[in-house]
Amino acid sequence: MFSAETLQKFDREVAKYPAEQKQSASMACLAHAQEEKGWLPPEAIEAVANYLGMPPMAAYEVASFYNMYDLKPVGKYKITVCTNLPCALSGGNHAGEYVQKKLGIGYGETTADGKFTLKEGECMGACGDAPVFIVNNRSMCSHMHPEQIDKLLEECK
Amino acid sequence: MAMLGSINGVLMEGLDGDNTWHLKDYVARGGYQQLKRILGNKISQEEVIGEVKKSVLRGRGGAGFPTGLKWSFMPRSFPGDKYVVCNTDEGEPGTFKDRDIMRYNPHAVIEGMAIAAYAMGATRGYNYVHGEVWLEYKRFEEALDEARAAGFIGQNILGSGFNFELFAHHGYGAYICGEETALLESIEGKKGQPRFKPPFPASFGLYGKPTTINNTETFASIPFILKMGGEEFLNLGKPNNGGTKLFSVSGHVNRPGNYEIPLGTPFATLLEMCGGMRGGRKLKAVIPGGSSAPVMRADVIMDCTMDYDSISKGGSMLGSGAVIVMDETVCMVKALERLSFFYYEESCGQCTPCREGTAWMYKVVHRIENGQGKPEDIDLLNSVLGNIAGRTICALGDAAAFPVQSFLKHFGSEFEYHIEHKTCLVP
Ligand SMILES: NC(=O)C1=CN([C@@H]2O[C@H](COP(=O)(O)OP(=O)(O)OC[C@H]3O[C@@H](n4cnc5c(N)ncnc54)[C@H](O)[C@@H]3O)[C@@H](O)[C@H]2O)C=CC1
Ligand SMILES: Cc1cc2nc3c(=O)[nH]c(=O)nc-3n(C[C@H](O)[C@H](O)[C@H](O)COP(=O)(O)O)c2cc1C
Ligand code: SF4
Ligand code: FES
Repeated sequence: MFSAETLQKFDREVAKYPAEQKQSASMACLAHAQEEKGWLPPEAIEAVANYLGMPPMAAYEVASFYNMYDLKPVGKYKITVCTNLPCALSGGNHAGEYVQKKLGIGYGETTADGKFTLKEGECMGACGDAPVFIVNNRSMCSHMHPEQIDKLLEECK
Repeated sequence: MAMLGSINGVLMEGLDGDNTWHLKDYVARGGYQQLKRILGNKISQEEVIGEVKKSVLRGRGGAGFPTGLKWSFMPRSFPGDKYVVCNTDEGEPGTFKDRDIMRYNPHAVIEGMAIAAYAMGATRGYNYVHGEVWLEYKRFEEALDEARAAGFIGQNILGSGFNFELFAHHGYGAYICGEETALLESIEGKKGQPRFKPPFPASFGLYGKPTTINNTETFASIPFILKMGGEEFLNLGKPNNGGTKLFSVSGHVNRPGNYEIPLGTPFATLLEMCGGMRGGRKLKAVIPGGSSAPVMRADVIMDCTMDYDSISKGGSMLGSGAVIVMDETVCMVKALERLSFFYYEESCGQCTPCREGTAWMYKVVHRIENGQGKPEDIDLLNSVLGNIAGRTICALGDAAAFPVQSFLKHFGSEFEYHIEHKTCLVP
């Protein structure tokens, strides 16, 4: 189900917790699984559960509780836009409208070519750098004014 | 640069952006000296806690609970595992200070946690990092590797016989996990749903073991307190409000960013440090402590100093130190609509008053904003929020109600105008 590299990452996470508390690694393992698969299909969630010796239902509960897990396929680039108030005061909404217009999709949608998914996000703890985007859960982009947005979309090959 | 400005800076002093976070730089700044001194001279646990008490360091996570007192609640001699946990979940809209601490001074957090662990007899620790910040999480892991290799964490630290294992745990997008008991559930690999308190984590914490949770900035302050002495740290601030604090300023100022200033500094000084109001516009309102804190009118906050007591006297709370600045162009109905949506989205759903109440509040504020408000809506909002306060498991319910209550109290006429004229009072 998972590559040797991903399994190695799983083991590294498991080692952080007391031996009888393997379930603690479920959040990190699900994140690594999602990174490899692009999203979290049910089989992947189940495989993580089996790996950690926890009931699959408990792993589903985790995967569905936290916002950054994708239980449905997303585009190659998932762009999350912070629209919370502190960002909105410094152009967060305009940035969101601009990227929606450029991609021709709304929040929660994926472009027809499967390249981009747009999501509306909550405070990312970076409000001083507003507007803020996160690409694929990992890469935080600051000061996303139209020029930077153009540049970002171009770099997403 | 890490800090855009400081007055008598302590935590973030001498940092040069991304260049000086490594172990060797921290050691060159005098880092890990306090851990060495405490372990080397066998300073007693009581003495360490006593020094923290003297400093009147109050929890930087928002509630402002005295840290020394909290540490003294830990059953130090309880046999078996005990934990210290750092709360870097920083999801309170407006707050972005812990991210900079992790980015620019991660070893101060590690040293602070190791000292805390020693003082409370804990042998394991976790730092729970906000899911949205990946680079800072990776950097913290790198810093942990450095500290482990240098023997500052791990087994038999500096030959003292004291063991402390420390790891980072990455969140994955849930505001509620900043609440300490939800955070513990999350480390246990479950949904982040808060537990009833009491029991407090000191008696029933991670895996049911005694646990102390503090905010990132709280832990990062510890080495500096021990270095300068509790009393001197206290005197940096004002009585009952010890030390300096990081303020995250966002919104309509010329230079949004983090500022480290002594508690008790006038708000006007902080505003000046931020380069004043953007476009020279007029200040209308400030949320002084993150989105959960009641909003304050300009004239009230202009007379306040930035500390727990003054802001509380002014009718709000210092919270996490996230100062959201709004100028005269802001429509308060629209601002509240966005905040209400946030709490509705992030309620974990366990308690009916919070789950239903946050949904109601958002729905009603949304319809007022969109010109469909009814004259009775203001009373309706007041009654909904009255049914949340004090009736929930965790403070998110209150956090959702405070903004609504304070926006209505201080800017009620804007809501009435919206309802009557189906449009905004602000041009
Ligand atoms: N930094 C951030 O991103 C956010 C911060 N907050 C802040 O969180 C605050 C609420 O946090 P809570 O943890 O619910 O507040 P709380 O008042 O229940 O607890 C504060 C701390 O003191 C400890 N404590 C309090 N009474 C105790 C007792 N009798 N015995 C032992 N320990 C005790 C608690 O365990 C906790 O660590 C709000 O004021 C808000 O400002 C809220 C949302 C986000
Ligand atoms: C909904 C909610 C979210 C919270 N989020 C955070 C957070 O992100 N960071 C934090 O340090 N404390 C947060 N807190 C407060 C914690 O429960 C706890 O009081 C704090 O971590 C204790 O550390 P301190 O004493 O050093 O402030 C939150 C509380 C609530 C009710
Ligand atoms: S108050 Fe809200 S967030 Fe807190 S436990 Fe209850 S439902 Fe969950
Ligand atoms: S409000 Fe957008 S990052 Fe905080």
